[in-house]
Amino acid sequence: MSLVYAGVCSHAPGITGRADLVENTALRDEFYANLHKMRDEISAAGAQALLIVAAEHFANFFMNNMPAYCIGMSDNYEGPIEDPAWLKIERRKIPGNADLSRRLTSEIMNTVDIAYAEEWKFDHGISVPLNFLTPDYDIPVIPVNINCQGPPLTPLPRAWAFGEALRRACDKVPERIAIVGTGGISHWPATPDSGKINEPWDRDFLDRLMRNDKDALLDYDDTRTYAEAGQGGFEIRTFIAIAAAAGTTGTLHFYTAELPIFAVGCTAAKFDL
Amino acid sequence: MSLYNLQKFLYEINRDPGVQDRYRQDLAGLLGEFELTEEESGALRNGDIGLLYVLGVNGQILMHFAAFLGIEWFDYLDLMRKGIDTHGPVRDGIYAMTGGGQSFTVEEEKR
Repeated sequence: MSLVYAGVCSHAPGITGRADLVENTALRDEFYANLHKMRDEISAAGAQALLIVAAEHFANFFMNNMPAYCIGMSDNYEGPIEDPAWLKIERRKIPGNADLSRRLTSEIMNTVDIAYAEEWKFDHGISVPLNFLTPDYDIPVIPVNINCQGPPLTPLPRAWAFGEALRRACDKVPERIAIVGTGGISHWPATPDSGKINEPWDRDFLDRLMRNDKDALLDYDDTRTYAEAGQGGFEIRTFIAIAAAAGTTGTLHFYTAELPIFAVGCTAAKFDL
Repeated sequence: MSLYNLQKFLYEINRDPGVQDRYRQDLAGLLGEFELTEEESGALRNGDIGLLYVLGVNGQILMHFAAFLGIEWFDYLDLMRKGIDTHGPVRDGIYAMTGGGQSFTVEEEKR
């Protein structure tokens, strides 16, 4: 079939783990409602599998063998790797689809040297979005990782090319595929600056993203991103890959910098396939 | 120079319940398997989040170690700030403090 849904959303662990600490509960619930809206859109699109392109945080990959790109290729995954009491998401098995992963990977490999993994423990980068997007875990999930944790990082034009490869692969399988990129925009997570957000930077990035302006999206460099958007800003790679996969303009459902307890500008958006 | 080993130690703890058990039951033996400086092994032995932060441990690894030690979120942020007060700026990595130690959330300010 083809790609039937493409979207992006935040994945910060505080979104679930610190839900009880939030002072502005109305805004928190509005954010949650927009994540649930994404769930409804994925369901309405008739998606038979969910590719989730995330930036994992040393749950599976370490500097002894760090792939720039990796895809899961198993019938079962497990997550979250974090303490369930800390993340407030119960640990469980999550269904995958190894056969579909293999077919996608074979196509992607025509243009991108992607690694694959038959074991994968989901961290908050995947488990937090799944908590809202597939709360019943009734659709096979295929995890995809772009290393965004620290340099050397894959260049942005390569992330774009990877997104295009994902699209070509989705278009060559009969299944109806949804794809969601997860990550932060500007943020300084897990530092004393947790909660710091550069809202103008975020809004400018989201404007470029929703216009799907390739030149503008690839016009960032990591030195500037690190200075203006923090180390968390490196995760724009996941959003850029989804823009490349979608190839269309998008609709920003929700953005706020007013929930800094979640340590990220909270985002939910879809592309208009 | 052994930040890699220090982070590898924490990576193993964060993802492997068996290593977590060893941390609780045979910390000295576990530490002996990693090539660490005295400062690094001391920080691990003492669960010194502030020093580990200053040594350059990636925050994505460090926050889960703090959670493993039962440290609440706002206390984790404070321990990093105190680490800088005691030991100086972050020496390595990309998780430096840029906000001067201030809080960025009303929830933390009001607690």
